[in-house]
Amino acid sequence: MSSVPLSVYLVLALILFCIGLFGALTKRNAVIVLISIELMLNAVNINLIAFAKYGINPSITGQIFSLFTITVAAAEAAVGLAILIALYRNRKTVNVDEMDIMKR
Amino acid sequence: MNPIIWLIPVLPLLSFVLLLLFGRRLKEASAVVGSLLTLGSLILSVVVFMGQWGGASVKQTAEWLAIGDTVLTVGYEINPLNALMLVIVSFVSFLIQVYSKGYMHDDDRFPVFFAYLGLFTFAMLGLVISPNLLQLYIFWELVGVGSFLLIGYYFYKSEAREAAKKAFIMTRIGDVGLFIGIILLFWQVGSFELDAIFDAVTAGDISQGWITLTAILIFVGAIGKSGQFPLHTWLPDAMEGPTPVSALIHAATMVAAGVYLVAAMFPLFEASEAALTTVAVVGGFTAIFAATIGLAQADIKRVLAYSTVSQLGYMMLALGSSGYVAGIFHLTTHAFFKALLFLAAGSVIHAVHTQNIHEMGGLWKKMKWTAPLFLIGAMAISGVPLLSGFFSKDEILAATYADGRFGLFWIAVIATFLTAFYMFRLFFLVFTGESQGKVKKVQESPGVMVFPMVVLGILAVIAGYINTPVTPILDDYLAQNPYLEIHHHESYWWIPIVATVVSLFGIFMAWLVYAKKKVKRLSEASPDFHFILLNKYFIDETYDYSFVKGTRGFSYFWYYIDRFVVEGVIQLVTGAVGWISKTSSKAHNGQVQLYGSVAFAGMAVLLLIVAWLGGYLT
Repeated sequence: MSSVPLSVYLVLALILFCIGLFGALTKRNAVIVLISIELMLNAVNINLIAFAKYGINPSITGQIFSLFTITVAAAEAAVGLAILIALYRNRKTVNVDEMDIMKR
Repeated sequence: MNPIIWLIPVLPLLSFVLLLLFGRRLKEASAVVGSLLTLGSLILSVVVFMGQWGGASVKQTAEWLAIGDTVLTVGYEINPLNALMLVIVSFVSFLIQVYSKGYMHDDDRFPVFFAYLGLFTFAMLGLVISPNLLQLYIFWELVGVGSFLLIGYYFYKSEAREAAKKAFIMTRIGDVGLFIGIILLFWQVGSFELDAIFDAVTAGDISQGWITLTAILIFVGAIGKSGQFPLHTWLPDAMEGPTPVSALIHAATMVAAGVYLVAAMFPLFEASEAALTTVAVVGGFTAIFAATIGLAQADIKRVLAYSTVSQLGYMMLALGSSGYVAGIFHLTTHAFFKALLFLAAGSVIHAVHTQNIHEMGGLWKKMKWTAPLFLIGAMAISGVPLLSGFFSKDEILAATYADGRFGLFWIAVIATFLTAFYMFRLFFLVFTGESQGKVKKVQESPGVMVFPMVVLGILAVIAGYINTPVTPILDDYLAQNPYLEIHHHESYWWIPIVATVVSLFGIFMAWLVYAKKKVKRLSEASPDFHFILLNKYFIDETYDYSFVKGTRGFSYFWYYIDRFVVEGVIQLVTGAVGWISKTSSKAHNGQVQLYGSVAFAGMAVLLLIVAWLGGYLT
């Protein structure tokens, strides 16, 4: 097993997170925004796993924690999609630009 | 008698309140209410006055404010001087309220007029019995308010409005002097009480310089109130008020408040030769200055107004020449005969509906009561022997001469001549000669107006006998004040003779010029001088161009500074804030993505700062 250094994992996680952030902040379609958020969560998961193996105190906790995160992310995606569908029924659109009732 | 003294000023105040509340319902009856309450004050005043013969002065105070160790008090004090003033004020006020019932009978705001009279009488009586300078100052201003309201009574006439404002502002200039004087005295003595101040003066606790300064500052207040030069211009203009008001406020009582103030503070003035000289010179100058203006005026009330200014100058001259009794004596007699003259003038105006003396004439036969009464008043003020003015004016002349101010003495003698001349000019023009045709039906005034004039006429004749050289009653009476040293000067036999000859000569000249028309009038003899007199030495114009225009220019300068510089800066600040908030409010568009971006950017900046501060970047 060739050892891959920690920094590579972290850079990968960083890139994934940035793509997710960019998508979440710029995309007009709410579905894409949700997907981008999933991407950011997964970047976090990679960090957790990487530190579980190569951190200063390697332990199994990080892997278990990432399992939790995946579970929560699944629940969040389910709730998010439900909200999205409810919203679509009301507003006939999934365009984020048109969702500005916070201004009022 | 103690418990009733405080009622003296309270009764007119009660009249003021009652008439304000119920005046509309009382209508003409409000005159009765006002007169009766003032009559109550008069009776109480007479009782108090009687008690002062040989009685000690009474003083009663209550604590008002305690600030640290200093206690301010309110209360009343009765001494010979202010007991006399109480009687004069309440007496004249009562007569004038009776007179006003006739004079004002068809006025719409009849009750309001009597309410104002009540307020004024309250203030004046309160002023007189004040035992300390602070209370005196409060009433002093209240008197000014009463005067303001009554001058501006015909507020729909712009002249009356202007005159009221002028009176208020001009007297205010004097009041500032008085106020500063009071503050300085308090600083030096540590008390507002009159007797504490006099004690400090006698004990030598105040330096000579302070005495002079404070005395002159207090005199500045008196100059404003008593219409002395150079603050006299408001008094003739104040004739825009109803005639009874002119008689009460601007002849008999309020303008005498300045003289009263100097008399009440006399121990302070007496301690400083310079202050006395100031008082005497201002008084003497005003006496002759106003008398010359009186020669040329055409309005019957303005002639009397300038005469008042001139007579007040006499009183000041007397006080400044240490003639304490002479000043008070003249104040008393003047209150009677000048009120009489004003009431008679009011009666004439009531009958002919004009104030221009050149449009009157030949009223002697038509006004059986007014004309002789006016003649009595004119003779009294001119100093015809055996009438009241004769005795009081002789006292003043004698006091001035005894004090060694010969220049002022001769000025006063000349002013006596002028007084006689302008009073009889008025008399001959109004009552003798031909009727000028404009006024046809002339009726004598009703009894309610004649009665006060008769009473005042009797007093104008006999009031002088309270202090003749043979019967110095007033002298002894006023000498009871422990703080005063009454100067008894020797009597000069020739002064009454000189005064009599001079005043009779004045009357004779007036007769020659205006009745016989043998001698040319001043307007023909010397048109230029007449023009100057007619325009009152252009004092008003001078003030207008110097102080009024100057102040206005100065104000405009600062107005533009304020408008463009100060407000410019403020506009810049508000504009900048407005721009920032307008711009940032655009970011508030309700879209989560923008909020997220801003939050992210903010966090990035924070991280950068932390990194930089932590030294990770270098």
